[in-house]
Amino acid sequence: MFYREAGQFKTSYKADQALMPILQDRVGLIAILGVAFIVIPAFANDFFLTSIMIPFLVFSLAAIGLNVLTGFCGQLSLGTGAFMGVGAYAAYKLTTIFPDANVIVMVLLSGVFSAAIGAVFGLPSLRIKGLYLAVTTLAAQFFLEWCFIRIPWLYNNNASGAIEVPHREMFGIVVSGAEATPIVRYFIVLCITAGIAFLMANVLRGRIGRSWMMIRDMDIAAELMGIRPLQTKLMAFAVSSYICGVAGAMMVFFWLNAAEPSSYSIALSFQILFMVILGGLGSLGGSFMGAAFIWILPVFLKFIPGTLGFDVAAETVEHVTFMIVGALIIFFLIVEPHGFARLWQIGKQKLRVWPFPY
Amino acid sequence: MLYDIFIDPFVQMYEMPDFFLQVLWEGFVAGILYALIALGFVLIFKASGVFNFAQGIMVVFAGLTLVGLHENGVPAYLALILTIGVMGVLAYGVERVVMRPLVNQPDIILLMATIGLTYFLIGFGEFVFGGEPKQMITEELGLPTGSTAFEFGERGLVILQHIDIAAAVIAVIMVAALGIFFNKTRIGRALRAVADDHQAALSVGISLNQIWAIVWFAAGLVALATGIMWGARSDVSFALEIVAFKALPVLILGGFTSIPGAIVGGLIIGFGEKIGELYWGGLVGGGIESWLAYIIALIFLLFRPQGLFGERIIERV
Repeated sequence: MFYREAGQFKTSYKADQALMPILQDRVGLIAILGVAFIVIPAFANDFFLTSIMIPFLVFSLAAIGLNVLTGFCGQLSLGTGAFMGVGAYAAYKLTTIFPDANVIVMVLLSGVFSAAIGAVFGLPSLRIKGLYLAVTTLAAQFFLEWCFIRIPWLYNNNASGAIEVPHREMFGIVVSGAEATPIVRYFIVLCITAGIAFLMANVLRGRIGRSWMMIRDMDIAAELMGIRPLQTKLMAFAVSSYICGVAGAMMVFFWLNAAEPSSYSIALSFQILFMVILGGLGSLGGSFMGAAFIWILPVFLKFIPGTLGFDVAAETVEHVTFMIVGALIIFFLIVEPHGFARLWQIGKQKLRVWPFPY
Repeated sequence: MLYDIFIDPFVQMYEMPDFFLQVLWEGFVAGILYALIALGFVLIFKASGVFNFAQGIMVVFAGLTLVGLHENGVPAYLALILTIGVMGVLAYGVERVVMRPLVNQPDIILLMATIGLTYFLIGFGEFVFGGEPKQMITEELGLPTGSTAFEFGERGLVILQHIDIAAAVIAVIMVAALGIFFNKTRIGRALRAVADDHQAALSVGISLNQIWAIVWFAAGLVALATGIMWGARSDVSFALEIVAFKALPVLILGGFTSIPGAIVGGLIIGFGEKIGELYWGGLVGGGIESWLAYIIALIFLLFRPQGLFGERIIERV
């Protein structure tokens, strides 16, 4: 009744090939963007922005990055955390080497370094696939983590071994460093995430995205049809690592303010992988939903005992959170292995035929 | 620089053979422990095609249960039997709750389910037994604790911990027992049938569900033995989990489906890692133990993608 194609006639190829052919989808997207750009900044307090919205957007971007590789190109990776770390360290080095440059440009540029390293570690994917490849990406994870600890040049020979975000201003507004206000950080993160998501939505339905999906579905058949596996796989690794690198740089510049090598450990890789799987492999919208679920659920669980009047030790809550997250992951895999994105599609289909069941 | 890489380490090995032997022994013991974890992976992968990420945490969980029970006043041997019971319940529960509803899902979904299981077991273990490291009850279980020093050459000395020797002996016994179990018993043959072909096994009347429960139980027992041995060398703590990742390159070297492969792969990784760390690690600042195993496996994979003893990968289009 509210959501159906009936009556929406396309009169040009351009309209037919649009990103969102259905009017209601466009309205919905504008509404979501309106909430994100106007309603949340207007009403949210600092706590909500810094501990929910900013991390959520950063993780969404990282999940999109991993989804490009795992969901669209079919290459399982456990090295996401390290690639994010490369972005963060590259951004840190760039901003300290060029103190006058625009920090947002530096953050976007740092992804290039991450992409280069990602492509190098993607090379084995030409020979091996599946779980074997997952183990080789573990090599990237542990090797890069070791680099972050053992190469003092990367953190400018700090005594603490951590990177701290320098104070930077842009058009008279503090954009990074401890003094930057949450609202400024939020807008920067939102713009970068929305921009990259929009870009990827178009790349993925074009020639490049389709060749990735061909490789995912059957690489030999794709090769016979004229897709070059070398370029295609390496490009997937590079693009994925670029996005993850930007997410990692944003994580330290606009959220944490400081990061240590342990911030980019294998636990982060798993967290991103959970987001991708629960959100739905091969779905951009799913990446956002998965990130929201994995990030917001523990925050939410932390406040339940307090509001119900129980006095529970913080450790106990943390342990129970682990148990619940683990159990929920298994539960969702059993109930809907294709993730929230599939639930979303089912919901849309139901709306389309409503009030009839079929 | 070239001298440091290509000549100096070998000169050191030649000049201090006692130290070299000690390093070899350390590598051997580490390799045995990696091999034991890899063995648990291989058992489950062979029988159900599931890449069981939770094997590492099962090791920690088994060790924690054993120590935790003993701390609450249960005698050591009774605690051991009870822990075996707990691993049995865990195996049955995993089969019932996780594996059965997920039959026929793609590999990555099953892998994710075992990662979910890992998270659950971490939370559960910490919730019940607390997160702090615990001392393994080595003496109460009748395991040796001392060490013997062997004279070597004129001035050399090689020290062997008794617990390491016990670990090696137990590993050998366990592999032999598993070999006999797989080849001579009814259930073992059923397991091999399932590993070969699920449908054919079903059609001759083998219950897949039962087999999977048994195989998870066997992996649980292997995890318990590993937990005891590893706990005796250091403490029982969740830090063991990160070490358990080392079992992955071991699996790659040995092949996912081969028990001898797990042992050989474990030894190669153990030796390679210790020798690399002690003779070459200093050149790049040390600590290369954390990734050397993966790089060895990575280089190896480029030449032999199916591992040393793995089945040849045949692809059909």
